[in-house]
Amino acid sequence: MEALFTATFLTALLYGVVTAGLPLLLAGLGEQISEKAGVLNIGIEGMMLAGAYAGFSAALATQSLWLGFIAGALAGIGVALLMALFCIRYGMNQIVIGIALTLGVEGLTALLHHFQFARTRPSLGRAPDFSLPWLSDIPVIGPALFTHNPLVYLGLALVPLLAWLFRRSAIGLNLQAAGDKPGALDASGVSVAMTRTGAVLSTGALAGLGGAYMSEVGAGLFVPYMTGGAGFIGIVLAMLARGRPLWVLYGALLFGVSLALTTALQVGGFNIPTDVVQMLPFLMVMLVLVIFARHSVLPPALGLPYVRGER
Amino acid sequence: MSPDGSLAAALRVALPILLAFAAGALVLLALGKNPLDYYTFVFRRGLFSWPGLQETITRSAPLLLIAAGLIVAFRAGIWNLGVDGQFLLAAVVCSAVAPWLIGLLPRWLALAASLAVAAGVGASWSLIPALLKARYGVNEIITTLMMSFLGISLANVLIKLVFRDPTTTVPQTPTLPVPYRLPRLFDTTIHFGVVIALVAILLVHFVMTRTAFGLKLRIVGANPRAAVHAGLPMSGLTFATFALSAALIGMGGAVEILGVHGTVRADWNPAYGLLVIPLVFLARFNGLGSILFVLFFAALQIGGESAARRLGVPHYYVLLLVSLVLLFLAIVEYLDHLTARRRTAV
Amino acid sequence: MTEASAPAIALKGVTKRFPGVVANDAITLEFHPGEVHALLGENGAGKSTLIGLLAGMQQPDAGSIELFGTPARIASPRDALDRGIGTVFQHVLLVPSLTVIENLMLGGRWWRPLGREAALRRFDELSKMLGVQIDPDAPVGRLELGQQQQVEIIRALWRDAKVLILDEPTSMLTPQGVEDLGRVMRRLAQSGVAVIFITHKLREAYAFGDRISVLRLGKLVGQLPPERLRIMSEAAVTNEVIRLMFGQLRGHSEEAETLVGRGRHGPTRAVDRSGPPRLELVEVSTHADAGECALKGLTLSLWPGEVLGVAGVDGNGQKHLAEVLAGQRPVASGRILIDGEDVTHEGVPERRERGLSYVTDERLGEGTVGVMSVATNLVLKEVGRPPLWRNGVTLWDRIHERAREQVARHDIRTPSERTPVGRLSGGNIQKVLLARELGEAARIAVFNKPTYGLDLQNTSLARQRIRESAERGMATLVISTELDELLEVADRIGVMFQGRLVGVVENADEVEESVGRMMTGAAA
Repeated sequence: MEALFTATFLTALLYGVVTAGLPLLLAGLGEQISEKAGVLNIGIEGMMLAGAYAGFSAALATQSLWLGFIAGALAGIGVALLMALFCIRYGMNQIVIGIALTLGVEGLTALLHHFQFARTRPSLGRAPDFSLPWLSDIPVIGPALFTHNPLVYLGLALVPLLAWLFRRSAIGLNLQAAGDKPGALDASGVSVAMTRTGAVLSTGALAGLGGAYMSEVGAGLFVPYMTGGAGFIGIVLAMLARGRPLWVLYGALLFGVSLALTTALQVGGFNIPTDVVQMLPFLMVMLVLVIFARHSVLPPALGLPYVRGER
Repeated sequence: MSPDGSLAAALRVALPILLAFAAGALVLLALGKNPLDYYTFVFRRGLFSWPGLQETITRSAPLLLIAAGLIVAFRAGIWNLGVDGQFLLAAVVCSAVAPWLIGLLPRWLALAASLAVAAGVGASWSLIPALLKARYGVNEIITTLMMSFLGISLANVLIKLVFRDPTTTVPQTPTLPVPYRLPRLFDTTIHFGVVIALVAILLVHFVMTRTAFGLKLRIVGANPRAAVHAGLPMSGLTFATFALSAALIGMGGAVEILGVHGTVRADWNPAYGLLVIPLVFLARFNGLGSILFVLFFAALQIGGESAARRLGVPHYYVLLLVSLVLLFLAIVEYLDHLTARRRTAV
Repeated sequence: MTEASAPAIALKGVTKRFPGVVANDAITLEFHPGEVHALLGENGAGKSTLIGLLAGMQQPDAGSIELFGTPARIASPRDALDRGIGTVFQHVLLVPSLTVIENLMLGGRWWRPLGREAALRRFDELSKMLGVQIDPDAPVGRLELGQQQQVEIIRALWRDAKVLILDEPTSMLTPQGVEDLGRVMRRLAQSGVAVIFITHKLREAYAFGDRISVLRLGKLVGQLPPERLRIMSEAAVTNEVIRLMFGQLRGHSEEAETLVGRGRHGPTRAVDRSGPPRLELVEVSTHADAGECALKGLTLSLWPGEVLGVAGVDGNGQKHLAEVLAGQRPVASGRILIDGEDVTHEGVPERRERGLSYVTDERLGEGTVGVMSVATNLVLKEVGRPPLWRNGVTLWDRIHERAREQVARHDIRTPSERTPVGRLSGGNIQKVLLARELGEAARIAVFNKPTYGLDLQNTSLARQRIRESAERGMATLVISTELDELLEVADRIGVMFQGRLVGVVENADEVEESVGRMMTGAAA
């Protein structure tokens, strides 16, 4: 038992929480943007997976993590473009298209993996961490929280940035109107379609980035289906956060804990089948949903295509 | 329907499939494979060889039951995306229970009881999403997906910790001896589960089109507020829909075990769930139409699995193909909708 | 009211077609600065289409639009705003979750900062000009409808609009609110704005319009210019408009009365209220979701053979009243009695057994399933019951047979009984609802806004059905925001205010004033 509470263990656990939580944070924040604008972005899982594949491939080819991140974001945007085209431009069912895109990306990336990586199984080296000056010198917390890939800090910085944007900027007002009362936005001369497209593309970028982080930093390699439902958890985070980015952060950390426990418990010498631990995040989601069910609020126009003149 | 109309209907269905095959061919070319060789091989194997055809028909048994379950849910406007969890859990529990029941009951009774247990397990796995939907209106897409992930992991935990057969090295449930499984039809490898599945989907079709219960579900699906207005018992219908849908899907898991495998190995997950959804859409939630598409898809799967070994194109390709079918279906529907509008506008 | 040299907007032969109808048929019309131009016409006359064209929502199929003498193509809502055309639509188009000032800042280019200070200055300026007082930081969802409309007017004027279009702006206002609106329009016209005031009420057109144009079936059928209007009495204008719309011959048809809003007062039948009431509500309260008005201890009695009209500004609990009566909404406290028996906890089917029927105002929203056939919708409330179902199995032949019969009897214009009901016109959907609800077994009928959105013919038809049902001895409750409608059909009129019935009065001459007073919450 004592082994559990050594400083090394705590550091590893906290470090793992952040590493596991960041993709969820990015996905949750991304989904939040879409949902605010009235698009239920079920395709986010596909966007993350595309980002994971593209990020890894690009990083492998160029030996640059950052080019990998950019490629991941672009891949996410690519899938999001399809989502925007089908669901916003053509007003098709967001759920059907979301499923189709996720399936398609799963199939395509698994195929590509089979032909490119299955035999050689390449992997990236351990991604370099960036230690924040002074803060990283604090014992236990320092190496756990302030010694990470710079993308982590960027992701965290997004939280206040989005909070500000949502409440205090024209974009925020437009997004909220697009989800709550698209007709009002249209009447004030802003294109609902453009606003929603922008939102979906931002989701794609963030989800792609999250996926790229998973493959480049988290795992150092790409395997089929590697996002394993992280995008769907992002949807839940956005649903429960009701438009508040800070709550997405809390949620992401909570899920990060349950994910990090997997590795931490094994490091700590506990022999539990991985399946039990894999259940934890989803068990957590269901628990949270059951407890806070009545608080999950979605925008009134969520999932509905906007047709001018129809109410 | 006029001959002109039925031609259009046939085209609406055939076009997305053909377009998907064409787009898929481009992907194959890009991967350095000959698409013609691939498609010829797949269909020769899946449809035009006797052993292949038997396999295809056998494979369609679980798919048909899943399709039946999805039709019930989708008609009622409920997005049950938790198929994989419901399917797998039911399969695992069924495979654990069946060998035990065989010792207690006559064969037919034991098989029927195992099926019933599977249906019950499937239904119970939809209980929480049903409750959250009926009581608080929580979006069932999320809850069923989460329950699905949970169910898949739980199934593995059950295999490894609870139902594990001590005599095998690889973790798996006790094996149901071949003579006790669902009987084969005549001299084929096709088992009786196919008959069960066919009866189930025909029954679902009848219920949906010709009974008060089916009409009520369709009213709830088409306009929930009208259902409230008409005084339909909403939460009761929501529970019934979830339970029926998941029970059928659970039976799908059971026939696959009782008819084919006799056991569940750890980490076995055929992930049929999201794959059957496009088929049900292609058939426009019509039970009869679904039979055709399920057969077609089963052939594709059987052929595709063979092709993975013979031609080196992994079966993931079928996943991509299904996704393309769904996207092209959406595009064709959209164009159809556009031209229909233009026609009325003139 | 000077005649400016160039009209603010000139329509030249503007035509707009929709599937099956010509909504605007070669309309030539001018709107002048400094003038309140009342555009009068019934539902379906083409008023909304005309606004759609001017606000940039739609493009004309033929003809041209000139702004201040130069031809213009109004490409989009933004384009319309940029060209100085502001529109206030019939249904509130504000984001309820945002504050007043946030709603007004909506629509700025996204790369620019929000500029709250400047926005507040502009808000004060326009508030002074209109003579209104609103808290800029109040969430719009908390404002009264009249105030929401004022916010919409401010938004329409935000970018120095030269033209202000108001689409049926009085439909949700109290009589006091209507007067306030009239004052606002007057001030705007005096500051040189061309005000286009769309209405289907002749009285309002006369009261507020400097010029009246009359639309009918997509055509401009006539105009009363300011110089004529100024010297005409209200009665003269009424006669003239009726002549324009129907020709001399049908001068006093029922439809004309509907339009004029001076339909005869309800035949004050001698209603026998000595017996027990058929329907009673005792101190009924409900729970409200966000944005709804709940009932707060509402009490009323309804006798056989009478029509009780329930007036009031929209959003004062009418919806909950109707739903509570129908059995669609649970009661939080209080009791509901039918024939003296407690039915408080009975649902829709049980109350239908007792002969209670409900004609909802949301015909497609909840009254029907748009994608299902007329036949199915006719039996929507008896699914599973004999004789159309046997042991739960649907007898489609019988259902279709009965539907054919009802389609014929109620003159429902549909290609077939298998046609999806959503493809029918509003008037025909209403006929489907009336056929379903007012069957043989109906003893109590609840109507919610029975003529909302209907054309003149269907409006008078629906009112006729209400009177008939009362004459057949049914106890009838009519909820309406149109006072004129209640004056025409009701025996007694009650007024709802904030979830209560503030008073019930006999429908006699001069009742309008006391009803109007009650609509603001004052006791009878």
